[in-house]
Amino acid sequence: MRMKESLPRKIFVVSNIVFLLLVSLLCIAPFINLLAISFSDKTAVAGGEVTFFPIGFTTVSYEFITNTSKFSTSLLVSLMRTAMGVPINLLLIILVAYPLSKSKGEFRARSIFSWFFVVTILFNAGLIPTYMIVRNTGLIDSIWSLILPEALPVFSMLVVMNYMRSLPKELLEAAYIDGASHLQTLIRVVLPVSTATIATVTLFSFVFHWNSWFDGMIYMNTIQNYPLQTYLQTVVVNPEEFLRNNTDLSGNLSKYLSMVSARTTGAAQMFLAMIPILCVYPFLQKYFTTGLVMGSVKE
Amino acid sequence: MFVNLRRFVNLTRFVSPKRKDKMLRELPLYFMLLPAVILVGIYSYGSMAGIVIAFQKFIPAKGMFGQQDWVGLKNFVTLFSMPNIWQVIQNTVIIASFKLIGGVIVPVVFALMLNEVRNILTKRVFQTLVYLPHFLSWIILSGILLNILSPSEGLVNILLSKIGIEPIFFLGNPDVFPATMVVSDIWKTFGFASVIYLAALTSIDPSLYEAAVIDGANRWRQTWHITLPGISAMVVLMTVLGLANILNGGFDQIYNMYSPVVYSTGDILDTLVFRLGIEQAQYSLSTAAGLFKSVVSMIFIIVSYYLADKFTGYRVF
Repeated sequence: MRMKESLPRKIFVVSNIVFLLLVSLLCIAPFINLLAISFSDKTAVAGGEVTFFPIGFTTVSYEFITNTSKFSTSLLVSLMRTAMGVPINLLLIILVAYPLSKSKGEFRARSIFSWFFVVTILFNAGLIPTYMIVRNTGLIDSIWSLILPEALPVFSMLVVMNYMRSLPKELLEAAYIDGASHLQTLIRVVLPVSTATIATVTLFSFVFHWNSWFDGMIYMNTIQNYPLQTYLQTVVVNPEEFLRNNTDLSGNLSKYLSMVSARTTGAAQMFLAMIPILCVYPFLQKYFTTGLVMGSVKE
Repeated sequence: MFVNLRRFVNLTRFVSPKRKDKMLRELPLYFMLLPAVILVGIYSYGSMAGIVIAFQKFIPAKGMFGQQDWVGLKNFVTLFSMPNIWQVIQNTVIIASFKLIGGVIVPVVFALMLNEVRNILTKRVFQTLVYLPHFLSWIILSGILLNILSPSEGLVNILLSKIGIEPIFFLGNPDVFPATMVVSDIWKTFGFASVIYLAALTSIDPSLYEAAVIDGANRWRQTWHITLPGISAMVVLMTVLGLANILNGGFDQIYNMYSPVVYSTGDILDTLVFRLGIEQAQYSLSTAAGLFKSVVSMIFIIVSYYLADKFTGYRVF
């Protein structure tokens, strides 16, 4: 359907594009500014000269960070929690979604278990009781405190469950008649056709683990156990102290002090922490839309 | 293990009564659920049992479910006689309400404008750019906002001063702080929310527009009579589901950007619970405040799910 474009229509189309450009710029400008600051000379930054391009280009902030131990230690913790947490999330999501996707006739306890999990999204016990349970199970200062309390993301499980329920019944009946067990049906029949939805929740889980910081702050007593975002929080909230602590500790870093400032090193660390998200997020769009629409909005 | 069990089921299928057969067929399903049931049982239900702390004079040394002194509702009396509690509740509801309203209107408008773009690739590029902040943590975003909103050397105030506007203390002025929180939250979330509305827009039957054109309807009338009704179900759904967050002012965001200067308008229930519980170690009082929030939230969640089901047929499970 192509209509003859009238003059007002053309004006609208052009101003619409200009508006969208401005909005998009508004969304990414702060990140470009951040990147420019991280590569700029500290005096230019302090003078407020840096907008979207580095002034007095230098990589000294990045050199400084890679020479401090805390950034890399916390990066390692984050990589570990993601590498352990995402597969565990995924395993539990699948192991729960499959039984709950059965009809009441096939699995009589279905609604009891559904309620068992759904209640946890309706009612949250709050900060202190959750903290006490984590402490009582001996997870303080252990990486498991970042993994086990959220081992089953219930919302993601519901998305996958709803998808599995929408699969054609004939598919599963055929597997049953061929003598496949539940586990075989799950692995050989259900999972191969659920890849888009599984990919969606994997990405949710990845973003969750990468971005979490609060659990690290309350469950970890020693800063060596902080995941990246928890450590970054200390930098963001108190940038000057970060710089002082790191230059006091080791003498070989004091040479950087004249070249870097709290703002340039802070910007560099934030940018490094963004990279994994920057790498995956443009590809998520298709999965997120299909996954969300298929999974959550159905009658 | 499951494979052997299956063989057993096959053997017994024709000899055992139907009921037993069914039981055996279901057994692997229970095994699949087991690990999650244990973990959710410990961490979610265990902590739910921990709300008893709100009714005790809790001393951690005696153990979580140890011999604590029961004090009835005393913690709640203390909580609601705190001088700032109503202010905090009010702050929470105000910030959350504006986030809810703006968080629906802005993405809808953006999706409508993006929908007017014909070129698929251009559309994709715009969409991808605007939803970047959605996937970044509030730590990074707070860090960036603290930078660009700084009164002396932040980008925003530098640009403002170029057009002759006095520096604004976005994070240090109690009158401006809540607005800063609302706007920056909408900035983070609208791009991704618009993806959902855009999906609804593209699912509108094109023949409706063709019919409207034949009837002589112009673009505005098409938008008003076809496009908006076409996405109204999604708008209602998102608004109703958003009601569940009426007591969520946004801890991650506010905790990383507020300061005692703006407590009068920026302190919310979650930050209060955190300061009472973790910083001041008033475990019982903090648990009571958290329990109050959870109970009110639960009512809102149940009502919102009920409304969502009633108006749009949306069901979580």
